[in-house]
Amino acid sequence: MMASMRVALMVTCINDALYPGTGQAVVRLLRRLGVEVDFPEAQTCCAQPMVNTGYLDEAVPVVRTFVDAFKGYDAIVTPSGSCAGSARHQHGMVARRSGDAGLERAVAEVSPRVYELSEFLVDVLGVTDVGAYFPHTVTYHPTCHSLRMLGVGDRPRRLLENVRGLTLVDLPAADQCCGFGGTFAVKNADTSVAMGTDKVRHVGETGAEVLVAGDNSCLTHIGGLLTRQRAGVRTVHLAEILASTEGSVA
Amino acid sequence: MSNATFVGMPVFPTAARDALEDAQLRHNLAHATGTIRAKRARLVEEVDEVSDWEDLRLAGAGVKEQALLTLEEQLLQLERTLTAKGATVHWAGDAAEANRIVTGIVQRHGVDEVVKVKSMVTQEIGLNEALAAEGIAAWETDLAELIVQLGDDLPSHILVPAIHRNRAEIREIFLRAMKGVGRPAPDDLTDEPAVLAAAARAHLREKFLRAKVGISGANFAVAETGTLVVVESEGNGRMCLTLPEVLISVVGIEKVVSTWDQLDPLLRLLPRSSTGERMNPYTSMWSGVTPGDGPQEVHVVLLDNGRTRALADEVGRQALRCIRCSACLNVCPVYERTGGHAYGSVYPGPIGAILNPLLKGVGNPGPEGEQVDSLPYASSLCGACFEVCPVRIDIPSVLVDQRVKVVDARRGNGAVASLSSGHLAEALAFKGAAVALADARKLGFGERFTGVGLRMARRLSTLPGLSKWAGTRDLPPAPQESFRAWWKRTDGGRSEGER
Repeated sequence: MMASMRVALMVTCINDALYPGTGQAVVRLLRRLGVEVDFPEAQTCCAQPMVNTGYLDEAVPVVRTFVDAFKGYDAIVTPSGSCAGSARHQHGMVARRSGDAGLERAVAEVSPRVYELSEFLVDVLGVTDVGAYFPHTVTYHPTCHSLRMLGVGDRPRRLLENVRGLTLVDLPAADQCCGFGGTFAVKNADTSVAMGTDKVRHVGETGAEVLVAGDNSCLTHIGGLLTRQRAGVRTVHLAEILASTEGSVA
Repeated sequence: MSNATFVGMPVFPTAARDALEDAQLRHNLAHATGTIRAKRARLVEEVDEVSDWEDLRLAGAGVKEQALLTLEEQLLQLERTLTAKGATVHWAGDAAEANRIVTGIVQRHGVDEVVKVKSMVTQEIGLNEALAAEGIAAWETDLAELIVQLGDDLPSHILVPAIHRNRAEIREIFLRAMKGVGRPAPDDLTDEPAVLAAAARAHLREKFLRAKVGISGANFAVAETGTLVVVESEGNGRMCLTLPEVLISVVGIEKVVSTWDQLDPLLRLLPRSSTGERMNPYTSMWSGVTPGDGPQEVHVVLLDNGRTRALADEVGRQALRCIRCSACLNVCPVYERTGGHAYGSVYPGPIGAILNPLLKGVGNPGPEGEQVDSLPYASSLCGACFEVCPVRIDIPSVLVDQRVKVVDARRGNGAVASLSSGHLAEALAFKGAAVALADARKLGFGERFTGVGLRMARRLSTLPGLSKWAGTRDLPPAPQESFRAWWKRTDGGRSEGER
């Protein structure tokens, strides 16, 4: 079944520009599991920054580019709960705004095929042990959109629990938002930082060396606070831990 | 009497910054919201053990949705049943009209004071201030509302309006202010909750026994039977609803439900979601006038004040299902840190962030318009509010939709010159992004400079825009190349070994 599937990597704009290592990790991980991904080079962004700031007209050409880039694939895999949520739950609204029935049809076809990485691994490939090795104490922050928009549930935890060498410790108040929130982090910077500071305090309470999450946007915010505070905890995307093996550790 | 007002509050980010600096407030809020949150969660689990909380939510949402879809019919029936049972029904289009009606009734009875049941809607319309302007004192009898009133303060929570105060602060307020408006607090007042409650009880008792006119809101209004319902914890409501000769209830038109039986899911959802109790201590229900028992003159003021505007909003109308439980406030990470005053309204928190723009409209000129327009952005869109809402209001989706309406209103205001410089810069940035992100070739061109950009940003991080990020947070390290450049260079990683 896997061999016949056409799978695309939706790397996301933030990973493309700032965290290429996360995209590379997804490619290596899926290749190890027997899945060759395409990288449709026409892809740019899921349009979430525009939609969530209220610029719906500006989101229309971006969503059009999105469906043009990804149409025809059986599965579109992305290392971001937030961007997957945007494609699955917001593109329809953008298409309706455009008044273009063709775009609405294209979105209806493409957006249900978007999978966040842990969903693709557990639900489509049916694996929870991906053969990873990561000899560190790790705590996991479930990002809001993966948790509440997508409902990834315990999939990321099940994947982490099967990583050899990894010790998973519970994060207190794990399901509280870190305070990133896209443009919220700048428009309401003071509140955003107050939320992030509490998240960082809870991370410190775990004694973990590494904070893992499925969204680099949230990790940019939490990580930016951690390094500014010289907290001695690093942030790593879930994909990079799952891609790590005895031969190559993230 | 309180002179405090929400009028003239600054935009949310500014008000929030002041609130965040108040360490005592942060402590009080984290403690109180954390406690209620845990109580609610335990009771929801308990329901799930024997049936299904989600089924109850669906039932509650369904009851309210049905009433909203047939609102005109329900309201006319409510008017008929209330009138048949001896109540006088008044219709008020806005706050001023409602205040005129209530003030007129009180004046006809020639009294200079009224006792009040805790009521959000009378705060929404500024009834106490309107009465005060006519020389009529309105005594709040809910413990927390009393604390707010005596402290010349503003409510900061729908259910627990004095949530921002701790008991030491309450003791000081009672000692200072009770003596000016009635029975003073005892000299040996301590900050023990039971002692504070006893002082309030003694202070309020003389007001209950003296007042000729009581004023309330209503949690629900049953069209079928002409019954109003007030749900409360302290019994002060029961006093106000039964002792005075005249009772005036101001009721938002969205409070109507069709049938008596439909109260069932709502009366189970509300206490569990609000105070974290299986059942609230007092549920008062009354239908018009009962000869020889309770108030002999009963008025009901049915209020619009923006509700039909909200009803016309296809996405936003679900906010009218709200039963004012406050579960969304208690779980909101933004509210937990800023408190309610920052929202500049008697409706704070996630529900306030959608209800205020829906009731008042967005894109209105002036500082008050700017304040309302800032509310839909006072959220990280984390979705915790939707998860707990007992009537399934999808607050994050309404927040995004209200943001779209704010931006559209600014577009409609057309003339770019009318935009403040911040709004203009944002609009231009998103227009630029739309052009760049519609074409990957342009994006790839831009990304070649990502590393340079980040390195420059580090140097320039004192600039106003960037400083909002970089003042407290480091920027991520710049990568050597973008993902798409790596993909092209290595043929998708095939032409490079494992790192």
